[in-house]
Amino acid sequence: MNRVLALLLVALLSSAGAVEAPALKAGVFSPPHPAPEFRLAGSDGTPLTLARFHGKVVALAFGYSHCADVCPVTLATLAQARRQLGAQAGDFQVVYVTVDPERDNAAQLKTWLGAFDASFVGGTGSAQALDTVDRLYGISVKRMESANGALFGHSSSVYLIDRAGRLRAMMPYGHVAEDYAHDVRLLMQQ
Amino acid sequence: MRVARRSAAVLVLALLAVLAWATLAPIHVATRDEPFEIPKGTWARRMAGNKVEILPQTIRLTLGVHDVLLLRNLDDVPQVFGPTVIMPGQSFRLPFEVASIYGFACTAHASGQMNVVVDPHPAPGWERLRWRAGHWQEESWWSKEEA
Repeated sequence: MNRVLALLLVALLSSAGAVEAPALKAGVFSPPHPAPEFRLAGSDGTPLTLARFHGKVVALAFGYSHCADVCPVTLATLAQARRQLGAQAGDFQVVYVTVDPERDNAAQLKTWLGAFDASFVGGTGSAQALDTVDRLYGISVKRMESANGALFGHSSSVYLIDRAGRLRAMMPYGHVAEDYAHDVRLLMQQ
Repeated sequence: MRVARRSAAVLVLALLAVLAWATLAPIHVATRDEPFEIPKGTWARRMAGNKVEILPQTIRLTLGVHDVLLLRNLDDVPQVFGPTVIMPGQSFRLPFEVASIYGFACTAHASGQMNVVVDPHPAPGWERLRWRAGHWQEESWWSKEEA
């Protein structure tokens, strides 16, 4: 009798979707593969690799410190998401790779990222090194000249990497901090 | 004469019932995925100089109906597909929750840009009727193509 009741309960929970894994707000890669590794100069004075952050959930963004529109919004959103994580914030790392090697040296990135959150780490290097990272992640970068210096049109999505270093998801530009916090919490539990 | 009049009345009532259903009934679909696939051998064909276009410049989705972009790489090499790199045998499933126009940088397109237009869920009434009419037209076009 108890067995019948247990089976009925499982069937009920299954039909109600209660045993389904909650979905991420971001786009999901299936099956997940290891996030492509790279080695750049870190804004914190330590070489920047993804391996450094194994055990944490990483948000990997691309941009440049002279970006006037997309990057400030993305970084402010990520900083807000980190605050929403509360006690779990220490297990969340934002990594920001520049697309502008001429102006974004490690010191410039440190100042720029520090304005959003002191824990954010930036990566820079030679044009060739950054181009390699861009290609690994399918990042599109288009340089345009303006009276105020170079402008870059660049991919604005943010990659989410789990604690095991696997590339799990990609959040398109425009998502709010709550969506990031939601997905980071889910990835932390896995 | 009376039989003909009764038949006409029944026909009109039936048409009104169908119209009411098409205007008000909720939309049910088997899947909300809008799939696109890179077939096996695509990279080899590109290397041979063939122009292979898989993703259109603009993809149109509808909230609550087809609002999940599903990209699959069935080829043997990693490929830039839409907004990201997808590994061989891997899929990328991107859900949309807000009606808007989304622009993605995409090196696979000559313009460097791919757009996803997400339309709102068809509201009961004229919007839903128009959506169903378009859907039926699309389905009958596909069935003709397949035949």
